[in-house]
Amino acid sequence: MIRLLAMRELRSLFLMPSTWFVIAALQLVFAWFFLAQVDTFLQIQPQLAQLANPPRVTATVSSALFNTVAILLMILTPMFTMRLIAEERHNQTFALLLAAPLSDAQIVLGKFIGTVVFLSLLASLMPLMLCTLAIGTDLDHGLILSNLLGLILLVACYVALGLYVSSITSQPIIAAIGALATLVGLWLADTTTSAEDSLWHSISPLGHYQNLNAGLIDSSDLAFLFLFTTAFLQLTMRRLSNSRRYG
Amino acid sequence: MSNDTQQVTLSASQLTRRFGGKTIVHDLSLTLKHGEILGLLGHNGAGKSTTMQMLSGCLLPNHGEISICSINLLRQPTLAKKHIGYLPETPPLYRELSVNDYLIFVARLHGIKANATTTALDQAKQRCGLDTVGKKIIGTLSKGYQQRVGIAQAIIHSPTVIILDEPTVGLDPAQIREIRTLIRELGDSSSVILSTHLLSEVQSICNRVEIMRQGKIIYSDTSENMQQYGSVSGFTISLGNPPLLHELQSISGITDIEQISATQFRVMHTSDHNPSDTLISLSGERNWRLEQLTPLQATLEEVYVKITASENASDGKTK
Repeated sequence: MIRLLAMRELRSLFLMPSTWFVIAALQLVFAWFFLAQVDTFLQIQPQLAQLANPPRVTATVSSALFNTVAILLMILTPMFTMRLIAEERHNQTFALLLAAPLSDAQIVLGKFIGTVVFLSLLASLMPLMLCTLAIGTDLDHGLILSNLLGLILLVACYVALGLYVSSITSQPIIAAIGALATLVGLWLADTTTSAEDSLWHSISPLGHYQNLNAGLIDSSDLAFLFLFTTAFLQLTMRRLSNSRRYG
Repeated sequence: MSNDTQQVTLSASQLTRRFGGKTIVHDLSLTLKHGEILGLLGHNGAGKSTTMQMLSGCLLPNHGEISICSINLLRQPTLAKKHIGYLPETPPLYRELSVNDYLIFVARLHGIKANATTTALDQAKQRCGLDTVGKKIIGTLSKGYQQRVGIAQAIIHSPTVIILDEPTVGLDPAQIREIRTLIRELGDSSSVILSTHLLSEVQSICNRVEIMRQGKIIYSDTSENMQQYGSVSGFTISLGNPPLLHELQSISGITDIEQISATQFRVMHTSDHNPSDTLISLSGERNWRLEQLTPLQATLEEVYVKITASENASDGKTK
């Protein structure tokens, strides 16, 4: 049932012309950043060569690129999650799922997985560009894989939060703005706090991505990203059951 | 006798639903038997849609029990919902999908196995007259076809109980006739509960009627018995060359006459003496040029008044 709902989400997404437009535009942006990074690397390469232990091409190009993608996805995810429940409520199609023999958990997980798979596919086109570097140099596969893992976990966080905000309103635009404001708020709280030991650093999903971005897989980061996702999924399930109870 | 032995497919007892401080549905009980078509009649805002939402499991009641085929809907929702087909007021259609894709999704959602979906799909499309539009995108279909797709999604899994919330709203007369025929067919194999604010709809398709007003059921009987409330002693006439009002008033049997326009009159008469014959012959004699004579149909409001009046009278007697 969860797979059925996830497939339905994917199918609807790929049937909309706007999705293809977003994919195309995003690839252009990714490519632009990629070329800009490669260009920068070529310019500073002579200086890097003088260092005792110079950063390799993967670290210079891919880390910066993955970080940009993480920020872009933070802004982009709410545009996709707003559809999930708010738009279904708005179009009055949600009654179909509510009246079907499904549990709230199945509805939430189906929509969550469908959207995460879609955004992961969207983001995974970028590492393919990185693979083209393999023609001229050796790539650090470990770094790329840790970034990919981090990016997928990060997307899961974004989608879970977006799904929750989508479940508390029936206005898609409010769902989008609400999720965007929360995500950007968490990010800003992290980056603008100067104190090293401040709690604000530990509540931002993007903050916990930084270690993975540098190639360091820290179990506390993984645990945070996982718990963040689970907490918002649980809240969404609760919200659905409350909407049956309180209307 | 056979009615008593029929299986009860849906039973709801003492349903109460409040929104904020306002009670929308108050202590409502109803039962539905196999093969029965029950009409839930009431004005907009009477609590029909809220009742339908509760019966379909979309909304939980504040108080009361619902059982579908002897399964408690509130305690075992996923099990009970397999037996329900529900068409909300606005059909829940994914406009970007094709009719076939959408119906296959709904069939799988209701637990139909992959190898049985094609049969279920063909059957539902054939019953709802959707054979020719299977590959079309739902968003491009006309309102009438969209409503049919809505009904098709409610019946694709052959549910025991079919809940239809105002299924003919917004359709043209030809489409209304088709949908009514379809609902009558559905009544042969399942039990149907439908809500409407049209008296004629209930009279033409339902076996039984429950009338709701302000969240309560104020009347419950067979549709034949209700028809007595639907008849009124009166008619409207159009006269091309009308006489003065008092000339019409003097005709015996007419209790009241009201001029609607220059040529139209609403005539009320006693129930045992219908003056239409006299009126027709007089019109011929005096050259009034009778153009039209239409018997009056009671409005839902008048039925309410009659029912409430008769309830009050019987209350008075018992006291």
